[in-house]
Amino acid sequence: MEAGGDTAAPAPGGAGGLEDTRFPGEETDDSEGVHAGPPHLGDGDLEETGSKAKDQPHSPSPLLHSEGPSSTRTCQLWDSAASESSPMGSPESGSGGQGGDPNDEDWRSQRKHVFVLSEAGKPIYSRYGSVEALSATMGVMTALVSFVQSAGDAIRAIYAEDHKLVFLQQGPLLLVAVSRTTQSAAQLRGELLAVHAQIVSTLTRASVARIFAHKQNYDLRRLLAGSERTLDRLLDSVEQDPGALLLGAVRCVPLARPTRDALGALLRRCTAPGLALSVLAVGGRLVTAAQERNVLAECRLDPADLQLLLDWVGAPAFAAGEAWAPVCLPRFNPDGFFYAYVARLDAMPVCLLLLGTQREAFHAMAACRRLVEDGMRALGAMRAFGETASFSNASSPNAPAYSVQAVGAPGLRHFLYKPLDIPDHHRQLPQFTSPELEAPYCREEERQRLSDLYHRLHARLHSTSRPLRLIYHVAEKETLLAWVTSKFELYTCLSPLVTKAGAILVVTKLLRWVRKEEDRLFIRYPPKYSTPPATSMDQAPHNGLFPGL
Amino acid sequence: MAEAQGSPGPWAAPDQPCVFKLVLLGSGSVGKSSLALRYVKDDFRSILPTVGCAFFTKVVELGVSSLKLEIWDTAGQEKYHSVCHLYFRGANAALLVYDITRKDSFHKAQQWLQDLEKEFPPGEVVVMLVGNKTDLSEEREVTFEEGQEFAESKRLLFMETSAKLNHQVSEVFSAVARELLRRRKREGPAQARDAAVALSGGPMRQVRCCTH
Repeated sequence: MEAGGDTAAPAPGGAGGLEDTRFPGEETDDSEGVHAGPPHLGDGDLEETGSKAKDQPHSPSPLLHSEGPSSTRTCQLWDSAASESSPMGSPESGSGGQGGDPNDEDWRSQRKHVFVLSEAGKPIYSRYGSVEALSATMGVMTALVSFVQSAGDAIRAIYAEDHKLVFLQQGPLLLVAVSRTTQSAAQLRGELLAVHAQIVSTLTRASVARIFAHKQNYDLRRLLAGSERTLDRLLDSVEQDPGALLLGAVRCVPLARPTRDALGALLRRCTAPGLALSVLAVGGRLVTAAQERNVLAECRLDPADLQLLLDWVGAPAFAAGEAWAPVCLPRFNPDGFFYAYVARLDAMPVCLLLLGTQREAFHAMAACRRLVEDGMRALGAMRAFGETASFSNASSPNAPAYSVQAVGAPGLRHFLYKPLDIPDHHRQLPQFTSPELEAPYCREEERQRLSDLYHRLHARLHSTSRPLRLIYHVAEKETLLAWVTSKFELYTCLSPLVTKAGAILVVTKLLRWVRKEEDRLFIRYPPKYSTPPATSMDQAPHNGLFPGL
Repeated sequence: MAEAQGSPGPWAAPDQPCVFKLVLLGSGSVGKSSLALRYVKDDFRSILPTVGCAFFTKVVELGVSSLKLEIWDTAGQEKYHSVCHLYFRGANAALLVYDITRKDSFHKAQQWLQDLEKEFPPGEVVVMLVGNKTDLSEEREVTFEEGQEFAESKRLLFMETSAKLNHQVSEVFSAVARELLRRRKREGPAQARDAAVALSGGPMRQVRCCTH
């Protein structure tokens, strides 16, 4: 099912029977009467599905379309999968409540599943439940993929009622999302790509390929042990604090421009042999970064790579001590490792990441950190961070940035704003800003609802067949306005009682506020490449003499 | 490597406390980071698996003398072994940690010992076997005697700890520190300096990658 374009308008035909695939999350009792919805022919239909799902966001029984006789081929597969796996699944389900047994109600009721498996069908990761219990289910996925492959085609997505199944093959790995959220197939694919990037970042693409070339049924979980939580966190962030992945942009810590510039200059001054990139971050948000000219020359760091690093250093694993670990930047070079030095700076919520090419440079990097630390102390940067926000718990990825109240637009609850008119654009890193999620978006379900709405609006704005510029959407519990121009991309969430005129007023106010604050909210003039210091630091004579990756 | 990077070897400056390098080894989630965190920061929390290596320093006061421990907390995960082996080099002491509720982690600790023995001549490194998680003694799979017996057969120091309850944690590090000082006095500074040079250099101490 090779669909054109990334929105993956589901193509009919091709894999005929696949349209009728049942998802195991559906009630088994319904199975006889349920056939999947009609094949959607274009984006219009896709949107319709979206609104249906939205109207009944948590309804366990989807709207059922009985569309003629169905091919039961894949249904049988699912059924057998379910029954086969139940004996081994049941003992598991006691632990943690999410056994991963496809018959398990909790497991089925999850809104979105993400699976990673090897080409041979060996389970590697499942967001919920234990992968052992899912081996039969994963076998079905492999069967689907190879069935379509045997016809010289590649399966991209299956649309079944309110479920979307998105498939992504990356080398020897198969990634599958099974979702009944409002996310479009393109958005789900983006998430799968991020999951894959995460795996590559710990293992490199080359070593994954080598491992499976060497031994096809290798159990990759051995090597990924400990990384599952990182994947969980990544997938949770999509639903709990949307923005980064959706907009393909990083979030900055609001900071007065002189302070940020001074920090940028400081990072450029502090170098070490083999240093490629220095990043200051707070709770997964960017303060500033400096790229070393000699290493990453003429190569802009991909925002996805930067985001990956920000997520990575925001992890609680780095809460203590100084860490030294290999990390791969999948967009920059999926086959090579950098070596990362990560430390939380003394008595500050700030995390410093120093990325280098030399694997024995720990002590040089530690010395570099001390320079940065001293420099920051001299700048009084701690106070600046203190003023920005109260970072009571710096290890929390949701370290508060600012409140939506700061905008001073009553009725505005939340927004995502991504500037598109940044000076020196080709060198610039995409950024976005958004306030802290406050009431009523405190509980998980509410955040999910908001995330769903944002995803839905985003999909409409970026639809390849019928893109929109402006959407005013009245939902059940809030009103949303999404707007994309040549200068910005904006998603606002407003009180449900707002009128259309009121919404426009709020948005005008917000835009004015952003313009006033943009020097603080964004890195407007990103630091140029750092150059080897003219008056050299003691042990950093040059930065161009190390081998490449 | 330590010397090359400007980190002084154990006998660099006479006035400064001696610096010793200690590595924590063992399979995943046996409590290596928890031991380090408890010892260095007197803190316990459920932490995620260590990424790569984590580095701590702590000055140990032992009556009249004091010494500085550079603690390398390595990741138990297999994927990081290649980078962690780097930090074998120049190590003066190693803690082989296992989880008393997991037999496999005990076996793994024995494997780590073999790895260590390949890297160092016997007696060069102070090795202590540490059975962690005594707070979970109801689920114990490795008896105290088993641990002790193995440790004695290999002439290792041995202790059981609970990082969670802060049971015997600082004792472990003090015991290692005491042993380091004792050996140093016995060997005398001259020999020790030679040993330090040998530690940093020898081609036989090539980094071994056991990953694949």
